[in-house]
Amino acid sequence: MDSDSLHYFVDLAAGNGLTLSSEQRASLQTSLVILKKNYKFSRVLFWGKILGIKCDYFIAQGIEEDEMKNKKTLYSLNCLDWHMLPPATDSMTADVEFASEGRFTGDPSHESQRTVMQTQGEGDETKEEEVTVKVNEESRLAVTVFNIDKDASVVPRGAFIKSPGGKVKTNLSFKGLHPTEAAKLHSYLHFREPVNLKMKSILEMADLNPAVDFLDPLSEDIPKGSWSLQFERGGTVCALRSLLWLGLTFFHVPQTPQHGYIYMGDGLMNLDLPFML
Amino acid sequence: MDERPENAVDVIEDMSLDLKRSIFQEKQDTLRDSPSSSAALLLAEQQKSLFSQGAEDGDHEEELVDSPLPNVAELAFFFEQAGVGLGREETQRVFLALKQLVDTQHVQRCRFWGKILGTQSNYLVAEVEFREGEGEEEEGTEDTHEDEEKEEETHEAQNESEMVEAADPTPTSTHKPPPIVPREENHTGVNKFTYFVCQEPGMPWIRLPFVIPAQITVARQIRKFFTGRLDAPVVSYPPFPGNEANYLRAQIARISAGTHVSPVGFYHFEEEEGEDEEVRDTFEENPDFEGIHVNEMAESLNFWVHHVQHILQQGRCVWINLTKKSGEDPDEDAEEEDHEEEADEPEPETGPPLLTPLSEDANINDTSPWSSMTSSNLIPQFCIAVVRSNLWPGAYAYVNGKKFGNIYIGWGMKYLGTAYTPVMPPLPRSEYPSGPEITEALDPTVEEEQALKAALEEQTADLEETEELEDDEDDED
Repeated sequence: MDSDSLHYFVDLAAGNGLTLSSEQRASLQTSLVILKKNYKFSRVLFWGKILGIKCDYFIAQGIEEDEMKNKKTLYSLNCLDWHMLPPATDSMTADVEFASEGRFTGDPSHESQRTVMQTQGEGDETKEEEVTVKVNEESRLAVTVFNIDKDASVVPRGAFIKSPGGKVKTNLSFKGLHPTEAAKLHSYLHFREPVNLKMKSILEMADLNPAVDFLDPLSEDIPKGSWSLQFERGGTVCALRSLLWLGLTFFHVPQTPQHGYIYMGDGLMNLDLPFML
Repeated sequence: MDERPENAVDVIEDMSLDLKRSIFQEKQDTLRDSPSSSAALLLAEQQKSLFSQGAEDGDHEEELVDSPLPNVAELAFFFEQAGVGLGREETQRVFLALKQLVDTQHVQRCRFWGKILGTQSNYLVAEVEFREGEGEEEEGTEDTHEDEEKEEETHEAQNESEMVEAADPTPTSTHKPPPIVPREENHTGVNKFTYFVCQEPGMPWIRLPFVIPAQITVARQIRKFFTGRLDAPVVSYPPFPGNEANYLRAQIARISAGTHVSPVGFYHFEEEEGEDEEVRDTFEENPDFEGIHVNEMAESLNFWVHHVQHILQQGRCVWINLTKKSGEDPDEDAEEEDHEEEADEPEPETGPPLLTPLSEDANINDTSPWSSMTSSNLIPQFCIAVVRSNLWPGAYAYVNGKKFGNIYIGWGMKYLGTAYTPVMPPLPRSEYPSGPEITEALDPTVEEEQALKAALEEQTADLEETEELEDDEDDED
């Protein structure tokens, strides 16, 4: 969610029980302004917090020219001093998935490791080798934030447009979804490089507006029912919760351009989802 | 013109569509108003009653002093410092809804327990304690009705089955269901408190049924999201006895037992109890409680104690000997009695006693079950101590001087540490006793048959010979 309207948006997304204390809000408002100036971001988003055993991580994202690409992620332990997270590469993702388990500890330099026996070579020359993968928590954090963004970052349809040049911009004439549209899952889109869109047939593409529908809608997610869509606060706020990443809340006030998402949780994917529906 | 858009025609088409649409949205209509019944409006009308003050608000001063209404605003104030809460307006609505509950029901004590999130709607949960003897009537009548219905059903089923059996007797099952663990009485154990839930503040409060041990044991084995409808069935394996209301009640009982904590010394056991062997299940507030310093509370889990009884493996707080009970029942068949008396006396299950410190809680996969912290590092003079449960994500407790509070806001799911493995169904029982008379054997070959025949002939020949010999001997004599 946009850092400028943090004080207002945090309350809207508070339905899942976690908010920011007044002290944290105050320090975020101070430090994010400085952050924006230092890194020359065009916009700073407060992304959320990840609960650790000892400490919590606060995550912010800076946006440069393009809204979707070139996002920079920063983390902080005290809402004041921000540190840049490394971009999540494929090899790093694989390492993290392999080596890390359990909750975040709250110490960025904490190392988790796992050793397995691997057979190498072919035919008679097979050798058993011990392979140890070490991952520190900072890179785990980077991968987790990247994964959550990939699976569960949401925007309402029409809030962003793609210019013919390929740049994604905020749609200044976006006035918000109509309440009946807001109650349907297909009017929300994944804010990531589309995956399913390229596989669609021309017939399906015919109804889509290339400037607006350049993203995957949530209604195509597998398994069905991995989102919980509710109206809160007397039907004025549309709250969308991911059941895959418990703790991710998206909110949109229908008929206003206000929308945003925040993650407040333990940073663990809900792998038991198929059993729980 | 400056931009030279590629799809200029499309843009104009969009604009013209907008224009046409605005023509059709007339403000002044000759037809009568369309009935606007959006969900938001209905809810707002329902919530309006919360804000309207009662007409006869005259001499209620006595009640105000002695009201069981909890101070939700204070609770929310402290939890907000810990970064937990529902938002200010929402909290106020919850407060008013609790007031409504207290006004309509005659309760002794009331507490805002928390909120459980569901996929379609959420539950606000209020924990209520009735005075002894009150608030049981409804339950009793419901139970008897259900029993009657069940009996009727079984009678019908029996009649039908008798008809069928007369024609073709079916083999009877030798499977015996394990004995049912009786539920704990009102005001004791897991049924110590009564819980009311509502979906939105302003909606009617619905009372949850009592929990039976079977529901708790099954709830431990399954992992399902709440849908938000109390009458929804719980589709799971092992089958859950009851619908979502029962499941919700079972989860509430488990969460309360696991996460309701208080500073040590706030409660103490009553003095009168002399029997040390009995598990002490009553405690009272300690009037001499002085309060513990915040730093101490935040640093050590030794200063926090559970004040809700541990639920045993059996699904009850107080262990009950099932075999003994059925043996005492005089109406049982003598045969069954004997059989059950033969069974070994099982070891009584015991859990940690009441007011056990949190530091003795078991770890989950090398993760400590509680995280403790202070609310502020910048102003340590006025901060509060907070503990967060890692076992039940969403459960929090705070303490500030002599005040403490517990809250749960979450999905009602326990943290397992590993991926959930569903329980496998038991192996099917064998259809019939397996013996040599029904096991299939290979047919003998011709050679084998002939060999057998030859052997038989030899035997008979031998016999004849011996007989002949005997005869000869007889003759000789």
